[in-house]
Amino acid sequence: MFAFAYSRPTDLAEALATLAGSEEAKPLAGGQTLIPTLKQRLASPSDLVDLSRLAALKGIALADGALVIGAMTRHVEVATSPLVAAHLPALAALAGLIGDPAVRNRGTLGGSVANNDPSADYPAACLALDAVIVTDRRELPAGAFFTGLFETALEPGELVTAVRFPLGGEGTYEKYPNPASRYAMAGVFVWRGQGDAETPEVRVAVTGASQGGVFRWAEAEAALVAEFSPSALAGLRPEADDMIADIHGSGAYRAQLVAVMAKRAVAGLAAAR
Amino acid sequence: MRDLTLTINGAPVRAAVDERTLLVQLIRDDLRLTGTHVGCDTSQCGACNVLIDGEAIKACTVLAVQAEGTEVVTVEGLAAGEALHPMQAAFREHHGLQCGFCTPGMIVAGIDMVRRLGPHLDEATVRAELEGNLCRCTGYHNIVKAIQAGALAMGGVTAPAVAAE
Repeated sequence: MFAFAYSRPTDLAEALATLAGSEEAKPLAGGQTLIPTLKQRLASPSDLVDLSRLAALKGIALADGALVIGAMTRHVEVATSPLVAAHLPALAALAGLIGDPAVRNRGTLGGSVANNDPSADYPAACLALDAVIVTDRRELPAGAFFTGLFETALEPGELVTAVRFPLGGEGTYEKYPNPASRYAMAGVFVWRGQGDAETPEVRVAVTGASQGGVFRWAEAEAALVAEFSPSALAGLRPEADDMIADIHGSGAYRAQLVAVMAKRAVAGLAAAR
Repeated sequence: MRDLTLTINGAPVRAAVDERTLLVQLIRDDLRLTGTHVGCDTSQCGACNVLIDGEAIKACTVLAVQAEGTEVVTVEGLAAGEALHPMQAAFREHHGLQCGFCTPGMIVAGIDMVRRLGPHLDEATVRAELEGNLCRCTGYHNIVKAIQAGALAMGGVTAPAVAAE
């Protein structure tokens, strides 16, 4: 690791001031991605601002028809929260699929969305559930927040404080994890609104597969609006050339995985009705 | 450098550490508690699992400074004197180890399972929960048995006698 200054403020204003004080300062959430990155010397922040003592960034609450989850809420807490289980069971299930138990004891929602790893799970949930990313200075719809591979709309010094997931409808997440890393090779979150038969609402968000990071799969959404069944997706695949191709799989392989995960998710939702 | 105060295995520890020091480096290199192992150093294998405030974490992926003010328990801190922790005793009873390298992390992972899920763990649950712990001897069968038995013992449940195996 390169040297850095470390602070662990107990006050949000103090944390923001330190982050604003240097262009190279970085917030430290659960550290399950950042610390491995530092160990490989792939990042050299001047300051690490440890957010773990900021009570304002923790907790899960129901407010105005939405589930509001603090940025420093850990995966294990989302996975086991009775509130999440009751209102967004698919989100609890997704959180329980991230990494492994020890990683889930540390990793956080805010860290995951701010990092926007193309294979992370939470970004798919945020897009499919039309979540709002709340920062210290504004609120951004997930569709405007995730801007590309490891890229978000966050400005220098801007901190994710919470994510607001609107309730209503039903969703499910199907993930094909890389057997070694447990990151998604393809993860598909399908959400269906409770709109009437004439104006059905469907969102399909895909992670793990695309070179551009998490994305809404518009063709699948259109097909599912016409007919909500796995067979409606027959023959549909995202463009193989747009998919990640690496030692774990070709673009065509990932495109096929996306199609299969999407069908499984739709089948799961259709069966649950 | 930074002054650090925390509790390790019940004893107060004060150390001056570089901010870059990993928790596992503090434990092994500075405090010479070498029961915690480094298998991969990339968050995959779980050999460095320790408990922070009762929760299993990978000590290769936590900075020592992040543990300021916490209570850390390593495998050395589990036994009460000569009496093994029930999870340790179960690993001995069920021969839940071959070379033993992964064992400290496995035991810590097993204790964390009981904390989160209670003493009655079925085989499928234990196998799924061991996703972050690798045994390169591939001795998983006995590790799973040991964790199930250790969990029951931790819960005060008398384990059924092991049939002739």
